[in-house]
Amino acid sequence: MSLTAPERVWWKPIDREEKIWLILALVWMIFTFSMMPLWHVMGKQNPSSESYKVTPERFSALADEFISKYQVRDENNAPVSINGFAVVHPPAGSDIFLVAKAWNFDPILELEKNKTYRLHLSSLDFQHGFSIYPMNINFMAIPGQDYVLTIKPTTSGEFSILCNEYCGLGHHTMVGKLIVK
Amino acid sequence: MNEQEFRTCSVTGLKVHLPAEKLIKANTITAVIFIAIGGLAALGAAFTRWPAFHILPAEWFYRVLTAHGLDMLIVWVIFFEVAALYIGSAVLLNSRLAAPTVGWISYFLMLGGAVLTNIMVLSGKADVLFTSYPPLMAHPFYYTGIILFAVGALIGVFLFFATLYKARKEKTYTAQSFPLVTFGLFAAAAIATTTLLHGAGIYIPTLLWSLGLTGMDPSAYRLVWWALGHASQQINVCAMISIWYLIGALSVGMKPINEKLCRTAFVLYILFINVASEHHLLVDPVFSNAHKIWNTGYIMHLAVLASMIHALAVPAGMEVALRKQGYTKGLFEWFKMAPWGNPAFSGAILSIFMFGFLGGITGVTFGTEQINITAHNTWRITGHFHGTVVGGTTMAFMAVTYYILPLIFRREVWAMKLAKIQPWLFGVGITLVSGGMMLAGAYGVPRRHWDIVNFGGSPFAFSWDPTVYMWIGVFGIGAILAALGGIAYVVVTLGTVMYGKKLA
Repeated sequence: MSLTAPERVWWKPIDREEKIWLILALVWMIFTFSMMPLWHVMGKQNPSSESYKVTPERFSALADEFISKYQVRDENNAPVSINGFAVVHPPAGSDIFLVAKAWNFDPILELEKNKTYRLHLSSLDFQHGFSIYPMNINFMAIPGQDYVLTIKPTTSGEFSILCNEYCGLGHHTMVGKLIVK
Repeated sequence: MNEQEFRTCSVTGLKVHLPAEKLIKANTITAVIFIAIGGLAALGAAFTRWPAFHILPAEWFYRVLTAHGLDMLIVWVIFFEVAALYIGSAVLLNSRLAAPTVGWISYFLMLGGAVLTNIMVLSGKADVLFTSYPPLMAHPFYYTGIILFAVGALIGVFLFFATLYKARKEKTYTAQSFPLVTFGLFAAAAIATTTLLHGAGIYIPTLLWSLGLTGMDPSAYRLVWWALGHASQQINVCAMISIWYLIGALSVGMKPINEKLCRTAFVLYILFINVASEHHLLVDPVFSNAHKIWNTGYIMHLAVLASMIHALAVPAGMEVALRKQGYTKGLFEWFKMAPWGNPAFSGAILSIFMFGFLGGITGVTFGTEQINITAHNTWRITGHFHGTVVGGTTMAFMAVTYYILPLIFRREVWAMKLAKIQPWLFGVGITLVSGGMMLAGAYGVPRRHWDIVNFGGSPFAFSWDPTVYMWIGVFGIGAILAALGGIAYVVVTLGTVMYGKKLA
């Protein structure tokens, strides 16, 4: 019994059935493990490992500069915003910035379909989540880290950005917008 | 050895050290009280997440969610594990507990820590959720409570090791090796030691930071905290599997099919599980892809191999034992004729199924780099660990309680009819809870969110694919069933302790 001590010599050969199972399990483990690096090479969507240390002040200044440079202007040359957040249309292929802070995402990025961008993501205060609905793509925004995600939107339309890391009592109000044209 | 301190168990023939028995009782009852508190918090959280009810205001939702995580994942589980460690050392080895006084110090430190932490959470001084990611900051007493609890638990673990040593020195058991259950619990205790040291490694600096004495790096916190947060789940896995072997032995007379294989599997857990906790950081900045793949790939899969070994060994051991009892017709007579009327047995089987199919498989898949992008911090994750830690560990602990009651408390299980349906109520409930969460989460529904309908009035509010609400309904019905199962468990356990017929 598993409750009583085993016989003196218990280091015994494994039976056939167990051996078959063990080999099957081992082969399967090796397969799933190999898929991890393999998929990293073959797959089209991997988590980024590009990040830089940055102070919240520095990141905020970079983002402000980015917003004022590329904010969309209407026919009267007045800056366009939605719900008080600047709509920004950066040139394709450029470095773009998204600031997460309690409890919003700033600015509203307007991107072009099938163009590649380098998205800089960071938080100015707490840890936040960056979740795009309905694509369901999730990354972390952490204060002190500039996380660079190379993105290429392949569907046009309006998307929601949702914070999915608890960031204080207003966490559930933290929603943003992303536009792909 | 003072023989008056012992009694002989009439069922197992084991010698039970009475001071150890008292400690086992105290730890078990306290665990049950905390699962009741955590369960109440679970109801508050579930009926708030279910948009049809949405009963609690935002701050109370996050508060009860913090309390739910702490009381279930830490307090209930670890009190119960300490009781299991004393059973696995003193009782199974016919030994005295090395130092009962130290056991009581451990108990009161844990109790004090748990109470202090709960007070801090419920008085609104620690709205940081279970992970308490900085720069969110709680009252210093919140971290102090957790540190006290962890120190108490670590003392309990050391008492287990000391008792193993005493038993060996005093030759209270005849053989060369520990019984398999004790060996499995030894693996749990070994992992608990490293895990709790990681706990000290993160909570002590965090306490100093909350006192304004040091700085805090949010990314470093995540790395070290998860070495506690995930590795602690591996204590649960080892304890749970040991309990499967224990219930198998008591209910159907099961023997390990191969001691070498089963023991090697436990060693694989000790060696490989800790670094695998980095799958929590797959979509974090800072860490390189190579680092992420290495830690969550190669290393984790060796621990998964251990689970695959137990996945064969436990059911196969049960089958062999039942076939020996004469249930040999066809492929499945043994399964049909198994003692399903024994809530410990049915609970253990449910625990095996839920741990493997709901928790295990989803855990391994969500822990890969690319799938994690679509799972991280969504409700899929919450669904996954309700499969492992609730469907698996909690279900197994509930099941073994139906043996602890007659064998340690020496009381006949009170309300046996209720006890017989309890595992099914709880098991089906948790299956729906876990499934509902994962299916809603697959659409991107976030975990830890008070209002997925109106987003607290945010101007950017959006609406979900309506299918989401169906899965939340499934989750809600599961939550009701699981709550009924949880209430049945608490009623049967406390009822037995108070009113159960005394056994000789």
